[in-house]
Amino acid sequence: MAKLEVRNLRKVFGELEAVKDASFEVSEKETLCLLGPSGCGKTTTLRMIAGLETPTSGEVYIDGVLVNDVPPQKRGIGLVFQDFAVFTHMNVFDNIAFGLQIRNVPKGKIEAKVDEIARLLDLQNVLFKRAKGLSLSEIQRVAIGRSLAVDPKVLLLDEPLSNVDARTRDRMRAELKEIQADIGITTVYVTHDQLEAMTLADRIAVMNEGLIDHLGTPNEIYEQPKTLFVARFIGSPSMNFIECHLTEKDGKPTLEADGFSIDASGLSESVKRQPIGSELTLGVRPEDSWLETEKRSAEAMRAEVQLIELLGSKSIYHLKIGRSPLLVKTYTAAGVEVGGTVWVALDKNKLHIFDKKTGGAMI
Amino acid sequence: MVGLRLVNVSKKGRGKEVLKDVSLEVRDKELFVLAGPPGAGKTTILKIVSGLVSPDEGEVYIGSEMVNAVPAAERDVGMVFETPAIYPNITGFDNIAFPLTLKKLPEAEIKSRVTEIAQMLQISHLLDRKPTTYSGGELQRVALARVLIRNPRVLLLDEPLKNLDAKIRERMRAELKRLQRELGITMIFSTHDQLEAMTVGDRIAVMDDGVINQVDTPEKTYQSPRTVMVARFIGSPTMNLIDCRLKEVDGRWMLDATDFEINVTRREEVTRAYSAGSSLVLGIRPEDIGIADLGKGASRTVGTIHMMQNIGDETVVAVKIGNTIMNTVISKGRVVRYGEKVSVDLRDERVHIFDKKTKTAIL
Repeated sequence: MAKLEVRNLRKVFGELEAVKDASFEVSEKETLCLLGPSGCGKTTTLRMIAGLETPTSGEVYIDGVLVNDVPPQKRGIGLVFQDFAVFTHMNVFDNIAFGLQIRNVPKGKIEAKVDEIARLLDLQNVLFKRAKGLSLSEIQRVAIGRSLAVDPKVLLLDEPLSNVDARTRDRMRAELKEIQADIGITTVYVTHDQLEAMTLADRIAVMNEGLIDHLGTPNEIYEQPKTLFVARFIGSPSMNFIECHLTEKDGKPTLEADGFSIDASGLSESVKRQPIGSELTLGVRPEDSWLETEKRSAEAMRAEVQLIELLGSKSIYHLKIGRSPLLVKTYTAAGVEVGGTVWVALDKNKLHIFDKKTGGAMI
Repeated sequence: MVGLRLVNVSKKGRGKEVLKDVSLEVRDKELFVLAGPPGAGKTTILKIVSGLVSPDEGEVYIGSEMVNAVPAAERDVGMVFETPAIYPNITGFDNIAFPLTLKKLPEAEIKSRVTEIAQMLQISHLLDRKPTTYSGGELQRVALARVLIRNPRVLLLDEPLKNLDAKIRERMRAELKRLQRELGITMIFSTHDQLEAMTVGDRIAVMDDGVINQVDTPEKTYQSPRTVMVARFIGSPTMNLIDCRLKEVDGRWMLDATDFEINVTRREEVTRAYSAGSSLVLGIRPEDIGIADLGKGASRTVGTIHMMQNIGDETVVAVKIGNTIMNTVISKGRVVRYGEKVSVDLRDERVHIFDKKTKTAIL
């Protein structure tokens, strides 16, 4: 039995279909990320699970029990908001104890619980400090601690890292991962940041305009995205997309693009069986190609270097092959300069093909 | 020729020293990035250059002219803030045209200039619409257009990508860089995101707590961080920084980090300036740490796999050596398991060494 189940959830606000049809299950101790751009319906879905929003149709089950008519405070959920909403005038202890205090739990039990949580979240040293003076990372842990104190069945987090600066975000992400491993609570986490989803989730539901485009593990979604939208959304920099059509060259199936062609013999049968002339979208991740300063591989294509983004030991090269732009992410190569020429080869085993009309992956 | 210079600028605010004796020079047509954590003083520098804030001490030069006494409106500096200040109730066209309308320019000229700049920023489709319908990225571009239409000599952008979704930020980074080159305008861009600093800037000024730590190209900043703060700020995943002691045994000099050692016999800059027992800090980037199957690696240092973060094209692996945890990266195809023991290879020659007291690099 899943800890949390959501069945055909739908939410309409006037004329806006915020969530069209969302269904998924979250197992005990699993972390599911709802991932997507602003407006995709992820926060509305979370709010329906929390009970802050009533579904237009569809059901929410927690521990096998239908909770549609159960108010938020009785659903057994813990909710951590985007801005944490910690009580700044109270100290850490009182913040964490809050949910227990309003439920009139005996003092001794409260102390034991807060102590346990403070130890779990590394907050013992600041337990009696006022929340106002804490660092962001500490505030996040206090917000989580406050939710955990009431022993929720499911923990819900709404874009907890979106208001945090880059470096602190990196650190807090790693901390969250450790907390997850230690606590093992069923969690649903909303974010627009694919990196957060990749690192924190056991499974990710990628949402697009009110629907779930792909539900799978980070690896599955990264390696075999079901739609072009998912392929573009996961991975940074984004996957390259090249419009091409299927032809035959020297008896071999070939993808013809604007200014170059690619050997298609390594692609799946279902792709190769398409009629000659079929229009397809080819997807290749920036890291699935490599550069050569002189043509060494037979399949390497000549490209113009338009821009170089230095990341450190690696760089992102903005290239143009023929008239098609292509981004390549690889170890920074000496002798490659903006305005110059370079040879690029694509990893034949890492080519993704999408139906041009539906955007669906062709496997 | 419009470079700009800040000479010994200091500013106090909110009871603390926001800028401490800051001097920097931005070259004509340069894309200069001010990078640092929140509170470093980046926005204050931009406000001082634009004239919105006066320095307590020091001079500001735009071109060869000292502008301390020149009011903001006459400095010919355009500034775009973190939250674009766009009038929500008038169309995109009217927003962009606003500065020209104020100057009472002829209608035909206004129309042609707005159309031209809208095309350059790819926002022609927004001209007839009102900002309430715009996305974050579109708002930014309209704010930019409104500033650019006055042909300022210097363009200041204060964390322009901060409030945008991760995916849009990725795209806007390259767009801003391309735009700056096309316009040939001197631009200062502030950010807390080291990736933006690295990829966008011609040169970066890394600052913290009102002090500029280093001004250099992205490449040099990455290869040779001058202080611990820069070393920690630039590069993702963050450089591993470990306290250590210099020790000498039979003519061999080592950095003793308790759980492992680094051979620094060949580092004369350290052995000549420091005596055995000196407290130092060593820094080693995740990509300069290699892990291999036990028995296959050449190193005698053994570590345990502590945690993993899948970031898409790579996996960040935290390795525990004794009580020290360090991050390394492995390519996406490789598989390691929690608790697995591995041979850890630390590339001695790539280690950065800092004085523990002054926190500056020993070069």
